[in-house]
Amino acid sequence: MAYAGKLRTNATTAAVERALTGQTRPVGEWIFQGLLFVALVIALGFLVWLLSDVLVRSMPVWQERGVQNFISTNLSSDPAKAGIAQGLFGSIFLMLIVISLTIPVGVSAAIYLEEYAADNRLTRLLNTAVRNLAAVPAVVYGLLGLSVFVAAMQDINNGRNLLAGGLTLSLVVLPIVIITAAEALRSVPRAIREAGFGVGATKWEVVRSHVLPYAAPGIFTGIILTIARAFGETAPLLLVGAAAAGFGQAASATVVDKVLGPYTSLPTTIYSWARLPQAEFRALTAAAIVVLLAVVLFINAVAIILRNRYERRW
Amino acid sequence: MNEGGDPVTLQSPAVPEATTHPAPAIRVTTPAAAAGLPAEGRPVFELKSFSAYYGTFRAIKDMDLAIQPNRITALIGPSGSGKSTVLRWLNRMNDLVPGANMSGEVLYHGVNLFDKRVDPVEVRRRIGMVFQKPNPFPKSIYDNVAFGPRVAGYKGKMDELVEASLRRAAIWDEVKDKLKQPGTALSGGQQQRLCIARAIAVQPDVILMDEPCSALDPVATLKIEELMFELKQNYTIVIVTHNMQQAARASDETMFMTMGEDRAGYVVEIGPTSEIFTNPKQQLTEDYVSGRFG
Repeated sequence: MAYAGKLRTNATTAAVERALTGQTRPVGEWIFQGLLFVALVIALGFLVWLLSDVLVRSMPVWQERGVQNFISTNLSSDPAKAGIAQGLFGSIFLMLIVISLTIPVGVSAAIYLEEYAADNRLTRLLNTAVRNLAAVPAVVYGLLGLSVFVAAMQDINNGRNLLAGGLTLSLVVLPIVIITAAEALRSVPRAIREAGFGVGATKWEVVRSHVLPYAAPGIFTGIILTIARAFGETAPLLLVGAAAAGFGQAASATVVDKVLGPYTSLPTTIYSWARLPQAEFRALTAAAIVVLLAVVLFINAVAIILRNRYERRW
Repeated sequence: MNEGGDPVTLQSPAVPEATTHPAPAIRVTTPAAAAGLPAEGRPVFELKSFSAYYGTFRAIKDMDLAIQPNRITALIGPSGSGKSTVLRWLNRMNDLVPGANMSGEVLYHGVNLFDKRVDPVEVRRRIGMVFQKPNPFPKSIYDNVAFGPRVAGYKGKMDELVEASLRRAAIWDEVKDKLKQPGTALSGGQQQRLCIARAIAVQPDVILMDEPCSALDPVATLKIEELMFELKQNYTIVIVTHNMQQAARASDETMFMTMGEDRAGYVVEIGPTSEIFTNPKQQLTEDYVSGRFG
């Protein structure tokens, strides 16, 4: 108050100019800004270090073998011949299973929670449960998959097949899909729902014709990001039997054989190679990591582009 | 303003002493007189000791009210007096609000709207609603209007119905060349008239308007008011408004609500608009309409 009073009483041009220009930015502000920047550098710096290290280590593979050769050859104990074809196939197939299971189940569950469930204790409990499930470490789902899916499919390669792996991964990501889909549904304003109800539409008609289409970009962005996360999951797959090493499959194997037989995924391939003693496998591991990161970053980029293009502001 | 004193003559339509018609003659899309309904007979809405609650909070207490057909009834009163709440119970829109509850009776053409057998979806088709903030679907202008008839299973020529609805809402000339463009790209006033066209398209009997002009400029507001005058030939209109000039110039009947010590809204006075504004019976009403409170 005294300060304002002083300004008012000395409101001559000279006094105002002195007041406006005389201040220097306090040193504390510069220090604070600097600290914030350092925090950012620490976070990003290590990431850049990691990425460049992996890239450099993988160079021999790209130079001697080429990308094409590396991603199209099968696993082998001979480092000169080992590739990630089966890992890529396994991972892509796992993602297909995850997508085809989690989209219908996850989105339906989200629609129920957001649009149909009465706002009562039970619903709040269910919402909390879903959030907690999303926070459960993936390895726990691996144990669940082992005791449920693997046990149920004992007749098919002792239960160690792509289907069991896909089901287990689906469990891992399902709560996250439900949460992101529910958030997308919630972002559709109540006014739109009321507009639909106001002309005599039923709940299902409002959801199908309005809420779901308007929430779709958000739902798909969420699902794509979830897929990117699932693509790199390793622990649950190790538990439900994605073969670590010594994995072989005849080139003549049909898709059915591959789905029902032993399998591996890209992250499990990386895991098993990283444990091998031969120095040559270091470069192979780094190269596989580069491929994994490239796929994940590509998926994320697709999600960001989709979101920017179709996201609706209310 | 120009029509402020006029509604008195408008509200006494020359209706022959019509024969009694079965009460739930619901699909009235022609003037009541032409349909053979007694204009001064059964009201469209009758509220009997109606109370509304949000959770344990009582928003409206013991309200009795009758709303006559082919009139514009304005609900006025200070914020929080329950005007919008009443409106949103008239077409059971408040069914969808968690915690909202009511007691008492709401009769629509003599039928209790809260009877277990009553389907709220059908109620909302017959009793349309226009909201405070224009809320067109983010779809084409055409689809905005056609959605209601489509879900109602309309079998006729959709193009004609869409055109007729847009014409009635006095927006056809402005949008006829861009029916495929999104309704959200229109101006606020146009959006609100599009929303009115959307409400009309399902051929309702009543149109409820919840402060339809509060987000609009005076020119757009005037257009909506002119439109209301056109529409009351065919529809019963109930409008909530904060704008007393609007109530004075655009309505036939006015209901003044306020709230008591317990914040529960109640009706102070209801009557012909000209009387409420020039010769109110209650001191509270006079204080409110003359701007001394609220």
